[in-house]
Amino acid sequence: MLEIITSPISFFILLSLFFIGAMGSLLLGKDDALANIWSSFFAIVGSLWGLLFSLSTIISGDALSFTDGVSPFPLLSLSLHIDMLSAIFIFIISLIILFCSIYGAGYVKHFYKKYNIGALGFFYHLFIAGMLLVVTASNGLFFLIAWEIMSIASYFLVVYDRNEKNNINAGFLYLVMTHIGTAFIIISFLLLYKFTGSFDFEAIKTGAILIPSSVKNVIFVFALIGFGTKAGIVPFHIWLPAAHPAAPSHVSALMSGVMIKTGIFMMIRLFLDILQPVPAWWGLTVLVVGAISSLLGVLYALTEHDIKRLLAYHSIENIGIILLGIGSALTFSSLGMQSLALLGLVAALFHTLNHATFKSLLFLSAGSVINQTHTRNMEEYGGLIKYMPQTAFFFLIGAMAISALPPFNGFFSEWMTFQSLFQGIISLNFSTRWIFILAAGALAFTGGLALTCFVKAFGATFLARPRSAEVTHSKESSFPLLAGMGALATLSLLFGIFSGQLTFFLEKAGNSLGIFQAAPSLVSLSRGKVLTVGNGFASVSGLAFLTLFLAVIFIVVFITQFIINKRQKIKIGATWDCGTDLTSRMEITTTGFARSIVLIFKGILKPSIQHEIEYHDSESRYLPKSRTVILGARDIHQSYFYQPLHKIVNALSLRVKNIQSGNINVYILYIFIALLITLFVIL
Amino acid sequence: MTIFIWTIQFIFAPVISPLCIGIIKKIKAKLQNRQGASIFQPYKDLWKLLHKDEIISHDASWIFRSAPFIIFAVTIVVGASIPIFTSFFKSTLTGDMLIIVYALAISTFFLALAGMDTGSAFGGFGSSREMTLSALAEGGLIFSLLTVALVSGTSNLFAISSSTMFGQGQHVLSVLLAFSGFLIVLLAETARFPYDNPDTHLELTMIHEAMILEYSGKRLALMEWASANKLFIFFALGANLFFPFGLAQNAYAGEIVMGITIFMAKIFIFCMVIAFIESSMAKFRFFRLPDLLLISFIFNIVALGLIY
Repeated sequence: MLEIITSPISFFILLSLFFIGAMGSLLLGKDDALANIWSSFFAIVGSLWGLLFSLSTIISGDALSFTDGVSPFPLLSLSLHIDMLSAIFIFIISLIILFCSIYGAGYVKHFYKKYNIGALGFFYHLFIAGMLLVVTASNGLFFLIAWEIMSIASYFLVVYDRNEKNNINAGFLYLVMTHIGTAFIIISFLLLYKFTGSFDFEAIKTGAILIPSSVKNVIFVFALIGFGTKAGIVPFHIWLPAAHPAAPSHVSALMSGVMIKTGIFMMIRLFLDILQPVPAWWGLTVLVVGAISSLLGVLYALTEHDIKRLLAYHSIENIGIILLGIGSALTFSSLGMQSLALLGLVAALFHTLNHATFKSLLFLSAGSVINQTHTRNMEEYGGLIKYMPQTAFFFLIGAMAISALPPFNGFFSEWMTFQSLFQGIISLNFSTRWIFILAAGALAFTGGLALTCFVKAFGATFLARPRSAEVTHSKESSFPLLAGMGALATLSLLFGIFSGQLTFFLEKAGNSLGIFQAAPSLVSLSRGKVLTVGNGFASVSGLAFLTLFLAVIFIVVFITQFIINKRQKIKIGATWDCGTDLTSRMEITTTGFARSIVLIFKGILKPSIQHEIEYHDSESRYLPKSRTVILGARDIHQSYFYQPLHKIVNALSLRVKNIQSGNINVYILYIFIALLITLFVIL
Repeated sequence: MTIFIWTIQFIFAPVISPLCIGIIKKIKAKLQNRQGASIFQPYKDLWKLLHKDEIISHDASWIFRSAPFIIFAVTIVVGASIPIFTSFFKSTLTGDMLIIVYALAISTFFLALAGMDTGSAFGGFGSSREMTLSALAEGGLIFSLLTVALVSGTSNLFAISSSTMFGQGQHVLSVLLAFSGFLIVLLAETARFPYDNPDTHLELTMIHEAMILEYSGKRLALMEWASANKLFIFFALGANLFFPFGLAQNAYAGEIVMGITIFMAKIFIFCMVIAFIESSMAKFRFFRLPDLLLISFIFNIVALGLIY
């Protein structure tokens, strides 16, 4: 049975399910409801098949290599290689697609009669198929084709809600950034080809020793920029907070939960597998990039009042945390400490899985809220917990998971990341050790700031009184939406409780990489419950914490409610209002909540500040004139990196304009001169 | 015997924590030339509150209603998972330093949400200030615990408290620096001077009190008690991780009595220190507090750098 499921044909079926889904919904595009059913059905069936396929591959433990058909081009072969690492990522992709599609089946309904549902289904399936090919392709050119399918399909999903002008701009920014990234990837692949003579990943891997170290370093930098742009590392993150909010919510969940992880996948594949052995500074660079991304991501998230932009900035933060794991893995592996490197890799993989679950949960619940209130501005929410109690509960679980509160899953992967950094502090020499200390410090502050940000997000959205009329009209979401969110919330808890077992699952995948084959594990699981790291340096058990907590809370409630003073009455009254009428404008807003932190970090965030006050009567200074102040933060990358770049490109274009006369004869002359020069260079 | 010790361990924090508040208040009263209330007054206050009726705002949701139970339960769980008077339990289940830090973050999370839930302006800014401080304090807290964890080679709190590495000359400076950092964080996390004034309800200064302003009756009792527990937890962490002596090493009655006595003496010293700080110092301006927390973080970084 296992052999049949893990056969190439099985993967082929997986792809064709999404292909049928794509084509079918395009053909049924005339009928909204039918297209939606078709698209959702095939997405759900396909993701279930994907789960089955990936799990069987992990259990069987065999890598799967095959070529799908013959390509007409010599360098391009449609070859696929599915090892444990790919299988883990197929698992993550399928898992999130399953719940996003269940959610999407209900969510898409509000697009009926407005947009073409068939097109949405078509690009949705194409997007999924692209991601599946990205994590399995084993040929550079084939990979790039899959990468482009994924990017272009997601571009069309970003601009799907095309009546809003902002979405078109966001889509354009995304398209430009993703292609700048692709350009860097192409250069690094070409360099690999130049020195190994092949685009095939297996061939490159065997030929990697032939690459001179200086070229290898260039490849590293280009690949880091290229894949980092997709993953959203600072400073190449600017497309992320623009594009993710623009897409329909279940697609945002997929983009944020899964698509940006394909960048992470390729970093692991290239740096930890194909290009091994690597110099130590690669790992340290990744650590620094991760630390900066996580800190800046969460700081920018704090300044946001657009709920989806806030979540998008948190994706940058979490990518940073994942990179901390990968960076420590790289550093350890180049210093020959394979067991520690394995720990770092497992932490990164675990956080990838966890971030996929809780971030898609948060995007889905944010989508439900936006669906009801028709705005993304959190200042206009408030009190939604009374109108959408279940959505609020699911968002709360997502918020707790992403803020790394035990016993939810976010805590355990952050715990493992902390452990791999701590192990670095213990065992490394002076200079590298300081980078680990600072990375651990960044992670500690990130945790605290993320907690603040989600108190803000949850409090401003769901608590207190409604701040707009839209809120009072909102209703609880329909069943498919709740089912999708509920399942992800349950997974967040289960992944936390069974973190020990999952770690072993992921470690098996790590072990399949060449450099970790002989690495003894530093993680152990005693009595099936307690997860221990590094010869008893640290240990944790999600199940024990949850049991203890529930037992204590039960006792506390029992004693206070049933033993001490049973006749106590609860009166319902008004909030204390100091004698004035309490309006919803007196509640704290998201801007107000984060203002003190924003001011503390004003060196980085550059918030706008009201400088002077104008008075009606400048002598007595009693009556200030009314004026509008827009409080917000400026993205320093915009002002110090992208805007100067923009200016340079503009200036260059103006110069180039001089030689463009519009006369076709002149252009032919240019072509002729270019030809001559080329000939001279070649001969 | 083990079950008996476990029971003591479990109820130690909630039973003793009001006493700490009482002692601090008494010492402060003496320093201000007042008679002061009895050191058992906090128990009487809790008992009174537990028997009162409650008023809950109609704007409040289930978050507001359940937060006191969650917060109180978290402090009990954490109180049971840290070394108090014994060091031989070596609980590997919940005794890790990071799970303690993040479990306390659960209580901060729900406290801040409860503050926002009633829609009162006080609650909102109280939550905002509390989260600002606790976000900045987290780095210092984790790193001060990390320093002692690295010195003793384990991050299990019971194992740290039974470590004998501290006395060795090369670690004294690290541990002292880490303790200074920890003390700064302790004041921030437990809402004492110079961060917050536990005795005032003046809107310009309050942080913790602003968040629990809408509570009454049983839920207020639980909130007050939980904050006393948190103070106790930080005292116990400071007393047993940075000065690990006098803890019972095995389950003999004599050792345990001795352990409890020495622990109470340490707690008393902590209460004195807090009372002296509060009597001799003014509250800081809010935007100067981050500097203080940054100093705590830097102390710990230096402490980490000194370990070899």
